[in-house]
Formats: sequence, structure tokens, C-alpha cells
Amino acid sequence: MARAVSPQKKLITTIAAWAIGILIFFPILWTILTSFKTEGTAVANPPVFLFFNWTLENYETVQERSNYVRYLWNSIAIAGGSTILGLIVAVPAAWSMAFVPGKRTKDILMWMLSTKMLPAVGVLYPIYLISIKLGLLDSKGALIVILMLINLPIIIWMLYTYFREIPGEILEAGRMDGATLREEILYILTPMAVPGIASTLLLNFILAWNEAFWTLNLTAVNAAPLTAFIASYSSPEGLFFAKLSAASTMAIAPILILGWFSQKQLVRGLTFGAVK
Amino acid sequence: MATQHSRSAARVMMAPAVILLLAWMLVPLIMTLVFSFMDYRPLRGVVECCVGFDNYVRFATSSAFIDSVITTLVMVAGILAITVIGGILLALLLDQPIWGQGIVRILVIAPFFVMPTVSALVWKNMFMDPVNGVLAHLWRFFGMQPHDWLSQSPLFSIILIVSWQWLPFATLILLTAIQSLDSEQLEASEMDGAPMLKRFWFIVLPHLSRAITVVILIQTIFLLSIFAEIFVTTQGSFGTRTLTYLIYQRVLESQNVGLGSAGGIFAVILANIVAIFLMRIVGKNLDT
Repeated sequence: MARAVSPQKKLITTIAAWAIGILIFFPILWTILTSFKTEGTAVANPPVFLFFNWTLENYETVQERSNYVRYLWNSIAIAGGSTILGLIVAVPAAWSMAFVPGKRTKDILMWMLSTKMLPAVGVLYPIYLISIKLGLLDSKGALIVILMLINLPIIIWMLYTYFREIPGEILEAGRMDGATLREEILYILTPMAVPGIASTLLLNFILAWNEAFWTLNLTAVNAAPLTAFIASYSSPEGLFFAKLSAASTMAIAPILILGWFSQKQLVRGLTFGAVK
Repeated sequence: MATQHSRSAARVMMAPAVILLLAWMLVPLIMTLVFSFMDYRPLRGVVECCVGFDNYVRFATSSAFIDSVITTLVMVAGILAITVIGGILLALLLDQPIWGQGIVRILVIAPFFVMPTVSALVWKNMFMDPVNGVLAHLWRFFGMQPHDWLSQSPLFSIILIVSWQWLPFATLILLTAIQSLDSEQLEASEMDGAPMLKRFWFIVLPHLSRAITVVILIQTIFLLSIFAEIFVTTQGSFGTRTLTYLIYQRVLESQNVGLGSAGGIFAVILANIVAIFLMRIVGKNLDT
């Protein structure tokens, strides 16, 4: 809505929007700032905002105490593995539904979506039991498969909505010009599909990274990702605000950066194309 | 291009996804259903088949169940109210011409990417702590007695924490919807002298109704299974035990699988009621 507004009005709305934006962002900002404070400064009364002796000691302590790098690696492996595995399964499925739609394509899509609605807690014990029986409790493999299955409907739906936007005429035109099937896929479809696949990958990596039901319930030590690493800070031991902040900052920083790149895709991905 | 050949190829391409999802849906669900009719307490070595609907009756008649359903409803309704109303206001504000709109958007959207365990812990300790929390400092600054959030108003505290996480989602979707509004219609009504409130009520809000419905339904599905936020703050005590958390406690903490599974079936039914409405809206959109 590009309408002409007076500068005064624009100034007022700008101030209001910035104030609210900073207010909403403040908990994150405060966490990041606190992570550079000493434990003493972190609980200073009145609180100090910017002017304190910045230190990196909390990051060192957190790494020494709980081996942050191992949790980070688990998070990357689980989120990345489940996303890639999901794409391998989903791309052909979404592809065929978008380009060779049959009578039942819509029903299949709807049914896939309905599996996403199944509350995790309803199947908690069976999954737990199967993991134990297969010796997969506290293993990355089990979580990769489970998170892949949880997000598979979203992956298929996102890809489907992207693929459907690729006009079929362009394929026919290519074929008329004598493109073989291989050339068709390689030179026409792939370049057009890559942006959609990339944003699907990004959003699902974020969702898998932040998943905190299965990762908390099915891991103990070996496969525990950052969600569990942070949860281990829930019982305070003396002064720990600064260390908690350092641990939190390290857990959210990678995804915050990825997330900002994916905000447009977020709407499409999470509303299953119902809002564009 | 849908030849016989490409049709069968399409079926092959779809098969892995369909089979995997079918297995993922049916196998554990059937197991839960079977367990729900058993007296199954693995820690005590009790595995007894076929107790009929005993578990269902016991689960549904326990006071914990009624309480948990009420807690769940209050929590979901509270979060929905805050995020939807806040989201509409925020989306309207962000839709205005402002300087640095991109940056404000980034600030507003950020909480959505914070993992639930982090946001719960940060809020619990650094904001809601009655001695050293930021809110306690703020209360003292205004000369008030600091509020012990998580023990004096635990349910409200969790509602606040989760609302903070989901407000960006509502805002972003509603903003996307507002931006698709035909500005000519608004301008016309503005010229006709319709006051702002009327323009909002008769033009903007009806336009947003679908997006609002989608936000409510999707959030409800996610909010019905809130877990991490309760897990790291109150552990379900002080009246914050939702249905999800109650089932988790029955199944994994006290290892009464039969009873918990009956509860799980209740949760599945509850989620399905919401799901049906969401599916209808999404399904309508597929036809266009």
C-alpha cells in the first residue's frame, strides 16, 4: 500500500514500530549481551546494559563444562540428515504430483497433511519402545528418521506448491525444440526448481533444529542435540546467568541467521500454501 | 503429458513417501490403541491383556484429566488471544510506510527461530526470576514488589513465554495477507470519508478473516502439543499440567503405559477435531 503520507505521520509510526520491534527482540538482545558479562555483572543491581568489561570466559566455560561442540554437531547431523533424507523422498513425490496429477492427487496430499496433525504424545510410547527394541534409543539415526517423518508432509507440500508454479508449457516448448527427457530435466526443470528446493531445505532445517519433543525424550547423552544441551541448564547451580546466556546464544545464533533468510518461505511453508 | 507410462512412473515416484507416512501413522497409532486396552506397566513387569475400557474410564474420570483439559484450553485460548490480536495490530503497524521496515521485520520475526528450550529458560531465569530477573528490576524501579512469576502465576507466565514465540508467526502471516489487500478499495473508502475504524472493520478485517482462521488452526495444532516450555519451567506443577504433559508423565515418568495410551487416544481425537477444520480450508485452496 504505497500511499502518500505526511512525514510527521511516518515519523510517529516509525518510532512506534521500532519501539515494539526492539521490545520484542529485547529478550534475545539481553541474552546475547549477558553472555559477555561476568556472572557478577550479570546480576548487578541496577542491571548494566552496554558499559561493562566484555569477556569471553563464559563461552570457554560452557565449552569445557559441557562440550558444546558435540551437541552442535549432533544438532547439525540430526537437522541436516533429516532434511536431506526428507528431500530425497519428497522431491520425486512432489514432482509427480505436480506434473502428473491424477484423480487422487488431492486426496493423497490432504492425507499426508493429516499425518502432521497426529499429536506426538499419542505415539510416544510405541516410538520409545521401537527405539529400545532396535537399540536405537539415544542414537542420531533414530532421530534423523523420526524428524524426517514428522516434517515430510511439510516438505512435500512446500515442494508441491513450488513445482506447481513451473508452467507446463515451457516443457512442451522444450520438447518441440527437440529436447530429450534428460535435457528437459537438466536444463529446464532443475534450474526452475532449485529455488523452491533451497527454501524448503532451509525451512525444514530450522524446524528440525528447534524440534524439542522427540529430541528431549529419545536422547540421553550420545545423540543429544542443542535442545537437550540447553535443557540441562534448567537446574541452576549458583550464579549461572552469564553461562546460560552464552550457551543459549550459541544454540540460537546459527538458526537465527538462517531464519532471517527464510522469512518469506516461512509463510508459505507453515500455512501449506493457504496464505501466500 | 499424462500418458500411461508417465502415470505408472508417477506412482513409483510417490510410493516411498506414501509408504513411509502410512507406516509412520499406522504402526505407532495401532500400538497405542492396543496398549490402551492393556494393563501395561513395564517397570513392575505387569503386562496384562484386555482390560477393556478400564484405562479410558480411569483416565477420563481422574481429576488430573479434567484439570489438564481445562489447563490446555486456557493455555491455548490465552496464547491465541494474545498472538492473534497482537499479530493483527502489529501487522497493521508494519504495513504502514516506515523507515527501516526491513530491520523492524527482522527484529519482530526473531523469536520464532529461538528454540523452545532456550526461550523458556531465558524467560524463566533472566526475566521472570523474582530477585535478579529483568522484570523484577523493572517492578522495583517503579516502586512495586517484584512478582514471582512462575510460582505466583505459573500458567500466565507460560502463556506469556509461548505467546512471545508465536507472535511473530501470526504477525508474519497476517502481514502477508494485508499486503495482498487491494489498496484501491481502501483509497476509495478513504475518499468517501470512511473513518479509520470503519475501514478496518468493514474492509481490512473481512479480508483477513481467512488468514486469521489459518493462523488460529495451525497454532492450535502446535499449541496442543506444547512440551519443552513446560518441561524446563514448571515440570507440570502449579496447575500447568496440560493434557500432553499429563500423558507424558503417565507414559514415561510413571511408566503406566496402558493408562497413558488411553490418554494418548484422547489427545489424538482432540487434535483431529481441530485438524478437520484446517484441512477443509487448505483443501478449498487446492482447487483454485
